[in-house]
Amino acid sequence: MAQTLLRTPLHDRHVELGARMVPFAGWEMPVQYEGVIQEHRAVRTDAGVFDVSHMGEIMVEGPQATVLLQGLLSNDLDRIGPGEAQYTLLTNEQGGIVDDLIAYRLGEFRYLLVVNASNRDTDFRWMKEREIRGSEVTDVSDEHALLAVQGPNAIERLGLPPAKAFTFAEAAVDGIDAMVNRTGYTGEDGCELLCMAEDAVALFDAVLARGVVPCGLGARDTLRLEACYPLHGNDIGPDTDPISAALGWTCALAKEFTGVEVIRRVKEEGPARRLVPFVMEERAIPRHGMTIEGGGEVTSGTHSPMLDIGIGMGYVPAAQAASGTELAIDVRGKTRTARVVKRPIYSREG
Amino acid sequence: MAAAETYPDDLKYHEEHDWARVDGDEAVLGITWFAADALGELVHFEPPETGATVAKDAAYGEVESVKAVSDLIAPLSGEVLEVNQKVVDAPETVNEDPYGEGWLIRIRLSDPSEVDGLLDVLAYKNVLAES
Repeated sequence: MAQTLLRTPLHDRHVELGARMVPFAGWEMPVQYEGVIQEHRAVRTDAGVFDVSHMGEIMVEGPQATVLLQGLLSNDLDRIGPGEAQYTLLTNEQGGIVDDLIAYRLGEFRYLLVVNASNRDTDFRWMKEREIRGSEVTDVSDEHALLAVQGPNAIERLGLPPAKAFTFAEAAVDGIDAMVNRTGYTGEDGCELLCMAEDAVALFDAVLARGVVPCGLGARDTLRLEACYPLHGNDIGPDTDPISAALGWTCALAKEFTGVEVIRRVKEEGPARRLVPFVMEERAIPRHGMTIEGGGEVTSGTHSPMLDIGIGMGYVPAAQAASGTELAIDVRGKTRTARVVKRPIYSREG
Repeated sequence: MAAAETYPDDLKYHEEHDWARVDGDEAVLGITWFAADALGELVHFEPPETGATVAKDAAYGEVESVKAVSDLIAPLSGEVLEVNQKVVDAPETVNEDPYGEGWLIRIRLSDPSEVDGLLDVLAYKNVLAES
């Protein structure tokens, strides 16, 4: 029996706009409206809006909230104060990545964690089981909707003041209250608007009325891959460690958190394989699961709408990880050449 | 711009959403508007080699959109005479003009009697209506 798919508060709007709806992480989500490439370009050149209300929001609060989270998350929360956010990892005892998430410090003793839709229940249970006296973990996902408004003109189109990346503030967009987070998953300027679920339709309509293009998960994936942001479940997961995944910068190895000793060891010894971005040298599109000659594997692949060529990320033996290294990828029986490049694969500044 | 939905009545169709424009012992092959729309904007065409043999109902190449890969199913058997280089260079041509500029390959038929087994436009529209 197929499980009933969950719907965001914007479901009917997506259908009215002609979106193609697909199942994603248990949700019925728009993969595209007019077309992935068009939507991708809108975000790179102007502004696009994504319904990411399927993502989870977990509140952690109480006098011991920081102590709890410092022991569970890889990054150092002492580096941010109220009004600031941080990209971080929830790790397991093996040093693997349970999830990657953004922690918003709402107050001295209060955090909002925005987590991947597919890991919402796992993350919540993981943290709830480890709760300590003076800390409380609550899944508040259903109360909220989340709209990512991304692109060089996103902030201007919303009429918001400029602000630094990884900060947030309360603001109103056309009279609708939202938490405006200067974060995103596209490699562009912009924000993520967290609002109450019942305000979602009004906020979405207001954003569209300001000339922002509705974009689906298809463009979200091509954008994040051009920017080299990993996708949990594809590029990183409970069996991959942060060092191999080039996420060492999110790990405060001087503090104690779950699995830190394993991560320290990988860092010290050097990882056996590394997650690298690559660009195809010939016409071919790499896809998740394809093998890379020499013991590697593609974990994400697509066609880059900006570069008009196949791009991807994959794990390769450390010896093949240097930028400039030629890779041979098995594309359904044909060997195609790719080259390891530096992060990001694409940025507007070049 | 993607083309509007059409199915020309001078073409022969295969239920896997491929079309053939037969001219004597040659045919030009392509994919239908339905197939192009279902895939989304095409970004890659993996053609067969000129001179290669294609067999009715078997895959002769691939097309890809950002999200998906699809085999190209030959509606007829024959030898590849020409590959549409314009589609190799600009695969989105298929979405813009699936029955004209967006043709894929031209073949010499090895068994012209196979044409009788293909669908006419009404029969193909019935296939679409049932799917």
